[in-house]
Amino acid sequence: MSTARPADGLDERLAPTSVLRKLLGRPELGSVVGAAAVFIFFSIVAPSFLQASSLSTILYSASTIGIMAAPVALLMIGGEFDLSAGVMVTTSALVSSMFSYQMTANVWVGVGVSLLVTLAIGFFNGFMLTRTKLPSFIITLGTFLMLTGLNLGFTKLITGTVSTKTIADMEGFASARALFASQWNIGSVTLKVTILWWFAIVAVATWILLRTRAGNWIFAVGGGADAARATGVPVVKTRIGLYMGVALCAWISGQHILFSFDVVQSGEGVGNEFLYIIAAVIGGCLMTGGYGSAIGSAVGAFIFGMTSNGIVYAQWNPDWFKFFLGAMLLLATLLNAWVRKRAEATK
Amino acid sequence: MARVRTGVRVVGAVLAAVLGASLAGCSSTGGKRAEERAKAAAAGRPAVSTPRWTFAMVTHAGDGDTFWDIVQKGAKEAAAKDNINFVYAHDDQAQQQAQFVQNAIDQKVDGIVVSLAKPEALKDVLAKAVKAGIPVITVNSGSAQSAEYGALTHIGQDEEIAGEAVGTELNKRGRKKAVCVLHEQGNVGHEQRCAGAKKTFSGTMENLYVEGTNMPSVQAALQAKLQADPSVDAILTLGAPFAPTAVKAKDAAGSKAEVDTFDLNDSVARDLKSGALGFAVDQQPYLQGYEAIDLLWLYRYNANVLGGGRPVLTGPQIVTAAEAAKLEEYIKRGTR
Repeated sequence: MSTARPADGLDERLAPTSVLRKLLGRPELGSVVGAAAVFIFFSIVAPSFLQASSLSTILYSASTIGIMAAPVALLMIGGEFDLSAGVMVTTSALVSSMFSYQMTANVWVGVGVSLLVTLAIGFFNGFMLTRTKLPSFIITLGTFLMLTGLNLGFTKLITGTVSTKTIADMEGFASARALFASQWNIGSVTLKVTILWWFAIVAVATWILLRTRAGNWIFAVGGGADAARATGVPVVKTRIGLYMGVALCAWISGQHILFSFDVVQSGEGVGNEFLYIIAAVIGGCLMTGGYGSAIGSAVGAFIFGMTSNGIVYAQWNPDWFKFFLGAMLLLATLLNAWVRKRAEATK
Repeated sequence: MARVRTGVRVVGAVLAAVLGASLAGCSSTGGKRAEERAKAAAAGRPAVSTPRWTFAMVTHAGDGDTFWDIVQKGAKEAAAKDNINFVYAHDDQAQQQAQFVQNAIDQKVDGIVVSLAKPEALKDVLAKAVKAGIPVITVNSGSAQSAEYGALTHIGQDEEIAGEAVGTELNKRGRKKAVCVLHEQGNVGHEQRCAGAKKTFSGTMENLYVEGTNMPSVQAALQAKLQADPSVDAILTLGAPFAPTAVKAKDAAGSKAEVDTFDLNDSVARDLKSGALGFAVDQQPYLQGYEAIDLLWLYRYNANVLGGGRPVLTGPQIVTAAEAAKLEEYIKRGTR
């Protein structure tokens, strides 16, 4: 203990910290620096990157990842993974579409049923995790494989093909489309409603994390479940809640895909779960849990959107697309870690 | 020390032996040199004096797909000839494909070539392209939606018709029980091929889904199927890389089935010649890429549109042992 005590003789932990210090201590700081670096890089190498229309495309692309990255970030702060998040999106869209079509019901009925089914899958993940004490990696890997099979098997069984039938001519489609997949054209710029969903979800997730008791529980569970349980944190409830949060956002994503494309392919969504995890990690979440932020996941998703579209705008050879994507993400994460280290050193 | 020195000497001797062997042991057949000789035929210089337009091609190909590589080659060679800046992007997820078309619109390209394996997903974004005054040509899949979405022409093979040709050919060969191997879940074109074959085939035909991105699992699944049902006497694969795998699976399972396939590659040509494969159905992918770019160029240069509102068909073409010999050198060159 060799710290200079504040003059009024208070404990140094209660000393007021400056705004700059507070900013430097935020988990998402490094990712913001990374995002700026990626932005400047593509502005230089890709001439069409800076057009308003291109930027709106990038925002849309980021929002489709970001809507899922926020709850996944919360889940990772709580110390768990969800490998079924990618196919769960497809499941939710398939249930919605096929239920409406087969029952010839108003589209909103299908949307509601889909919400229940998706939340049930989320509950299943959380319940199995807390009951079996197996690692979440294993539990959700099982769910991932089962859902992949169910998506294809059910779709084939019900429709006879590998994709759903169109529901665009059914009642309720237009209003559901307005909620989940509308867009506004302002000149050459198209703003999609998913961007609003994304911002709203990130805002809610941030509020939960920083302003509610549940947020403290999430940090506590991720930091050390046993210690959290000992201090009276409802560990089981928190974990199940986190998985249902992922399911809720998977439902929103799934409805967006259904109402913007009208027909759903049963084999899609595989592999996207890693994109959500990557976005959360770039945004400052630790793989070990207990640290991270929802805003960071949004910045991570934005970096992903810039990179995946920037490579196209730069007209690079697509054979190298995945390589560049991986290298960019690695660099962004490294820069992020470096910035965080510097920030902590100045405390 | 002495031991280190002997180590160095041994390594040196091995290196010298390998180098010597590689210099002395030239192969007079095949290899890189034969490929280069075959390639010398296709040069790439513009043959026209039109401005340098940019055409973008967006397909639903997965990574490392042989078929789409040939389509791309055709497109590239047409682009070189027509003085076109050719941009290519692909993704097997519909959402990402739509995103790439949007990227092309953002870049204000002069023409778009797109494959409609998942048509509804691209409906909105193609409407945008048409609204922006960008001519669109669809290739390979989506002939039914092509005109409706505002494309000039569709170039490809009608999958249903191609499947029917297979069914007829199987009847000719006196087959009774066939398995249709689908390697890409979610591809409507593949479903149509099997459905078409089922329609004209007088025997029974079953579908078998395999994981196309994982060859060992494809072989295992087929082997299991053949062991479970020894009465299968025909296997139909929907992509050239899967034909040799099907042959391996058939041999391992001790089955007497005849393997037939869609599409060509050099091992398919070799197996056709040797009789390990019955026949192949080619849809001439080179032509799909080449014609798409060339027709866009014709449209920009002379407002020509080919096909009279109907799809321009590039297949099916049944290839048997007789034709395989002639095609082999073109396949080696990577254009068939």
